Amino acid sequence: MKIVVLIKKTPNTEAKIEPTPDGKSLNFASVKFITNPYDEFAVEEAIKVATQVGNSEVVAVSFSDDAAKDLVLKALAMGADRGLIIGNEGLENLDSLAIAKVLAKVCQDEKADLIFCGKQGIDDDNMHVGVMVAELLGRPHINVVSKLEVQGQEATVFREIEGGQLEKYKVKLPAVIGASKSLNVPRYTSLPGIMKAKKKPLDKKTVDDIGLNKASLLAVSKTQVLAYTLPKAKPAGKVFKGKPPEVMVAEVVKLLRQEAKVL
Amino acid sequence: MKVLVFIEQREGKIKQHAKEALSCASLLASSDVYGVCLGKVDADSLAQIKRYGAQTIYSISDEGLLGYNCLNYAQALCEAIKNLSPDLVLGIASPLGKDLFARLSARLEAGLLTDLVEVSVSNSQIKGAKPMYAGKTLAQVGFSSDSGLRLVTIRPNVFEAHEKSGESSHEELKVALPGSEDLKLLEIIKGSHQETDLAEASRIISGGRALASEANFKILRDCALTIGASVGASRAAVDSGYASHDMQVGQTGKTVNPSLYIACGISGSIQHMAGMRTSKVIVSVNTDEEAPILAISDYAIVGDLFQVVPLLTEEFKKLHS
Repeated sequence: MKIVVLIKKTPNTEAKIEPTPDGKSLNFASVKFITNPYDEFAVEEAIKVATQVGNSEVVAVSFSDDAAKDLVLKALAMGADRGLIIGNEGLENLDSLAIAKVLAKVCQDEKADLIFCGKQGIDDDNMHVGVMVAELLGRPHINVVSKLEVQGQEATVFREIEGGQLEKYKVKLPAVIGASKSLNVPRYTSLPGIMKAKKKPLDKKTVDDIGLNKASLLAVSKTQVLAYTLPKAKPAGKVFKGKPPEVMVAEVVKLLRQEAKVL
Repeated sequence: MKVLVFIEQREGKIKQHAKEALSCASLLASSDVYGVCLGKVDADSLAQIKRYGAQTIYSISDEGLLGYNCLNYAQALCEAIKNLSPDLVLGIASPLGKDLFARLSARLEAGLLTDLVEVSVSNSQIKGAKPMYAGKTLAQVGFSSDSGLRLVTIRPNVFEAHEKSGESSHEELKVALPGSEDLKLLEIIKGSHQETDLAEASRIISGGRALASEANFKILRDCALTIGASVGASRAAVDSGYASHDMQVGQTGKTVNPSLYIACGISGSIQHMAGMRTSKVIVSVNTDEEAPILAISDYAIVGDLFQVVPLLTEEFKKLHS
């Protein structure tokens, strides 16, 4: 089985995210980048499924700059077989749909039977790309997946929806699976794994190499960020301390009713 | 500007947030607003939604739309769009809405802005604002073209729902669905806890590592019941196994936007605060006066949550008597 896993480079979750002075972009000067946390669950699941069905290849793909090499190497160290970076130079501001076109083309060329990605990027929080890749390939997707069982050319998939409920689907492969945190626990990379990863194939290609071109991708991009701002600061609130708890609680509940009017 | 609002239903009941989407559409397009509902809808639910300003509510109640199937839903909504030629299709950024609109965007090659907390139209130019990085920054976003079909989902609980005078008409649309065998919804497995998802909840009470065990979350659930709140958790509590992941609030959990958020024993990591800072009113209960969460709290109680939360429960009960 050919399995493609899509990974994205994102700032780490502790990072302070600040707009540049002109507000046109974000200041990443002192930000450490990591694999999008949800993509780690995707990599883990891809390797798990490959091991389980046997005779499989896992290809880790990122549409990114050279810094994504570390992310792809990590996926290889976890157990992916091959890496591919499609360079995004001059295409950093493409929207989700244009990015999905690039990744869908890769999945098509790879003749993927199963495609994994994280349920969303923790940067723009859109939940777009995986779903769009599936649509562009004319295949089903199931996003926010907490459990997956592959049986031959089919899979049983559990999707998390509101209120802790699960939708249980039967899907014919190929399909795109968006990983939720509850899907698995990603393995640690071992030292032998890291050594092996360095010997695994890691290709770098341009969009032209895969038969697309920059101009048409820029034309396909239909949305844009005009400016970034910080969320409004909250005015200082009221602090209750040093009184008996029942007194403080009564005061706060009164204020919630009369001042804040939320009860 | 003609706006088509996607009206979401689950098991025949229209989601409350659909009213917010219709009211938002009325602000943008005045009276040129239409609704479309996929699946079978209860008569009561339909009667209610008719009071929110749409000219006509269309429904497509094919068997293939009873539960959510992304292929059937995308097909049906595409047909409705082809029939009605809106400039903007507006939905709610719920689990279903986000999923469906992404599919639709790729199918129709239409730009999509997701989870907007502000949206405006001027001279047919649509702009909005959207939290990114779980709310650490707010992005001003727009479309590269001021014409053609555009897609937007809005965040639940942000836009106010207003009843309007008059009543929408109702029409059934007949659509041929592909009947694909590629994807089948087999069943919906009920959750063990609350029905309202955190991302859509209007009241949330959350617990952190200070809860110290899964069993202790009961005091939060008891308190939540008295005010119809949903129960959330910090990442620390989830990682310690005290709460399930769908309860996690923050950057690798859910971004929430309730009118009331009560944080119990949560110190306030940057990731947690990013996910809940837009809550209208924040109450925190913490033994540590220096905890970062106090800085964004409207009301902070410095005290032991095991004493304070049961007292809150008692006070909330009094509100009903």
